[in-house]
Amino acid sequence: MRVLALVVAHLALAALLPLVSARSRRGAFALAAVPPAAALLWALAHAPVALAGGVSSTVVWAPQLDLVLSFRLDALALAMVVLVSGIGALILVYCIGYFADSPEAPRNAALLLAFAGVMLGLVLADDLLTLYVFWELTSVASFLLVGQSGETRENRGAAVQALLVTVFGGLVMLLGFIMLGEAAGTYRISEIVELGRAGALGGGVVTAALMLVLVGALTKSAQLPFHPWLPAAMAAPTPVSAYLHAASMVKAGVYLVARLSPGVADRTAWWVTVIVLGLATMAVGGWRAMGATDLKRLLAFGTVSQLGFLMVLFGAGTRIAAVAGVAMLLAHGFFKAPLFLAVGIVDHATGTRDVRRLSGVGDALRGTALISAAAAASMAGLPPLLGFVGKEAALEAFLAEHSTRGALVEAGVVAGSVLTVAYSARFLWGAFARKPGVPDTPVHPPGPLLTVPAGICAVAGLVLGLVPGIVDADAQSYARAYPAGPEQYELALWHGIGPPLLLSALALVVGYGLHRARGTVGRLAGRFPAALSAQRAYEVAIGGTERLATGVTARLQAGSVPAYLTVILVVVILLPGLATLIGGTWPAQPLFHAVLQFPFAAVVLLAALALIRVRRRLTAVLLVGLIGYGVGGLFIVDGAPDLALTQFLVETLSLVAFVFVLRRLPAHFGAERPKPRTWVPRAVVAVVAGGVVSAMAVVLSGARRAPPTVSAEYVRLAPEDAGATNVVNAIIVDFRALDTVGEITVLFVAAVGVASLVLAAPPDRRRRRQRDVELPRKDAQQDEEVVTR
Amino acid sequence: MNPLTSSPDGDAAAPQPGEREQTPFESWDRPRSPWLLPGRCRTPRRRTLLLEMVTRGLFPTILVFSIYLLCAGHYGPGGGFSAGLVAGLAFVLRYLAGGSTDPGALVPIRPPVLMGLGLAIAVGTALAPVVAGEPVLSSTKLAVPLPGSGELEVVTSVFLDVGVYLLIVGVVLDLLRALGSGIERDMRAAGEEA
Repeated sequence: MRVLALVVAHLALAALLPLVSARSRRGAFALAAVPPAAALLWALAHAPVALAGGVSSTVVWAPQLDLVLSFRLDALALAMVVLVSGIGALILVYCIGYFADSPEAPRNAALLLAFAGVMLGLVLADDLLTLYVFWELTSVASFLLVGQSGETRENRGAAVQALLVTVFGGLVMLLGFIMLGEAAGTYRISEIVELGRAGALGGGVVTAALMLVLVGALTKSAQLPFHPWLPAAMAAPTPVSAYLHAASMVKAGVYLVARLSPGVADRTAWWVTVIVLGLATMAVGGWRAMGATDLKRLLAFGTVSQLGFLMVLFGAGTRIAAVAGVAMLLAHGFFKAPLFLAVGIVDHATGTRDVRRLSGVGDALRGTALISAAAAASMAGLPPLLGFVGKEAALEAFLAEHSTRGALVEAGVVAGSVLTVAYSARFLWGAFARKPGVPDTPVHPPGPLLTVPAGICAVAGLVLGLVPGIVDADAQSYARAYPAGPEQYELALWHGIGPPLLLSALALVVGYGLHRARGTVGRLAGRFPAALSAQRAYEVAIGGTERLATGVTARLQAGSVPAYLTVILVVVILLPGLATLIGGTWPAQPLFHAVLQFPFAAVVLLAALALIRVRRRLTAVLLVGLIGYGVGGLFIVDGAPDLALTQFLVETLSLVAFVFVLRRLPAHFGAERPKPRTWVPRAVVAVVAGGVVSAMAVVLSGARRAPPTVSAEYVRLAPEDAGATNVVNAIIVDFRALDTVGEITVLFVAAVGVASLVLAAPPDRRRRRQRDVELPRKDAQQDEEVVTR
Repeated sequence: MNPLTSSPDGDAAAPQPGEREQTPFESWDRPRSPWLLPGRCRTPRRRTLLLEMVTRGLFPTILVFSIYLLCAGHYGPGGGFSAGLVAGLAFVLRYLAGGSTDPGALVPIRPPVLMGLGLAIAVGTALAPVVAGEPVLSSTKLAVPLPGSGELEVVTSVFLDVGVYLLIVGVVLDLLRALGSGIERDMRAAGEEA
């Protein structure tokens, strides 16, 4: 197994792709199609092992932390690889024709290939944390691909919405993963599922963890109430929508549910949540598709609906539903991708995707129309296509349950199917039909690079429908993980005339009827109540967060240094101060242990007392420096030359920095004395804080109970281990070197931050300065206002 | 690049080559060495000649001393942090003596680059043992043969100290840039006397 190498190959080539793009943009896409194609061939070559139970590989990354990269190829992963890599390669070929020589091409080529790599890693991951990393990487790739160059507001908004929603879900899911992993004692997904099947995974913690994981799955797969990000993401170029937002990425949530369901689907909380939300999503998505006038939005709502359907199938936890789930998973990839690609062709050929403006395109683009018809028929569930096979299995799955739950879900699925038929018809009608009163849209013909990949996808749906044994082998291998039902079920085109076939036919007839009544239905679907709109809920949530942040910042960052200091000091007094008061004991220490401490202590105390009376800022700064030097002297008395040296140097540097800043401040602290109402509370806080800090220093330094073994070890090891006779330096650069690296990193960040704050004054301030120069000087008070701001 | 010609408002203080003989009496003590006072020269009234001359002598000495502290840190007081601060203070001294100069003109590397270089060296030293299969941040002694005078013992952790040293120098130069020249520029913009 060389999964990691495959994933890395995708990413490495993606990094190198800009070099190719610089020479040939078409060549970049052609080259980008190679790794996914290789991944597909690799997976198909391993199909026998995968179907026999799966094959794993593990790369130990950080054994001390139990961090491993585990991968596993089994039946479910195989089905997903076919979608991710197979359809991925086709879409990259399609991109050659779609992007041609557009300036957007280099970025899209690299990003699409990188996405193919991380998505491959996601579906093959067998470790919760590995999966999480790839999961978030797909969100990032989606953000970049939806955002494109970020020039239009629509792209930016859609990209941010997709990122916020999916990353929010991802973070919640990470919480769930950690709870689940800790409760199960392992992060290996296959082991967790085995534990779940054995009934060894009990307790409220696991249920809570699963609910959190579901949030991630529901957001990623655009389920109610998180679905609006998916239609919004249609701002991306059509191949991106076809790949990420139809065939692969949005299935990650469905995939995760399918992955975990064998072990956990018997939990009520799990299946009720998945099935209820899935059915609701199926209905809402289908209904909204009826009102859409943009072909891409129509398909996007269709995808939302189909993802809900898939959720229902995988969440049900029965064997037949699982078989149906795998069949529909593949079917959806093979019909939704070509439909999107066809929209891209229509858009390319006519310049519009609006069903109200397209007319008579079917005659001009016969090939595309034929491909779309085959794909849409699969979507609607017409024989002999894979979509029909899957839908038959789904209808049978819930009938075979012979329970109230089964009956209710069956009703929901049939209702969803009706809508699916209706919007499939609406799509074909909208894209290709000749509409009365609309002039024929002018068309220029697409090249074979556009039509052939779409055609291959559609033909795959037909072939897999005609030979259902291939999908059946995969689906049965996956479904074996579920408890066996009373009867066997195999995917087949003909199961005899029974309730499923009749329900299928009913859905077809009613669905077509709905399409015939499209005028009324479209108007109703367009009039979606705004109060219930999930998009509006998202906007309110984001806007509210921004307002809250602004409000909090305005309150906390009042711009007054005394206020900031008061807050800091009061916190010091209340938290560590009170803790010391309650928990600490005054140590029995001598008042001094060297006579030389007296002169230095006297200097420090006198400087501190003088500081209170000082009115000039420069004098105050010098006195603060004096205190620092005095403390440095105390270090020398105690025999710490390294510490003293650093203290002196830092003190000098801060003195210089103070003086630099003082040039911009008035020479004196305030012209008049502050009122007692102002200075008395400040003085109280200052005195108490000073007392608390001093007391803490004494109490904490006397708090040692055990002999200092660490220091003794440092002293013993320094000469031989670190080759240093200076123990302090040995600690800094050897024993605690990681701390040092961390500290200098912090220093680096702080220095860069301070420099940018000082050097990059906001432009309005600049302008104000310049105006000050031009106008006669104002009085000092106003000038100080500018400075302190 | 000659920093003299790059001064933003090249005032008369910048002496031209070949003018030495005709230098008027009142400007005979204007600085000529670009390495001491690059850029704009302050008004003669505000110069401290004494400080300038002392700095001229002290600056290289302090730098050498800082390198001594860096190398000696393993065996006595010193180390990368103190050494970097000492070197930084040497630049501060230059800045104070040389007037409103951009320290960028003194050191051909921009301060953020120096900081980044230091951080990169430190992190590189931390990660280098991994290549040899050792844990991160482990150190070893290297004996470098010196022709004629035996061997020089180098502990690899000194490179971490070098990284710290460069970073601290960069931080101080950045501080000079931001609080020194940056504030001066702001003051000029506000029409105050810099």
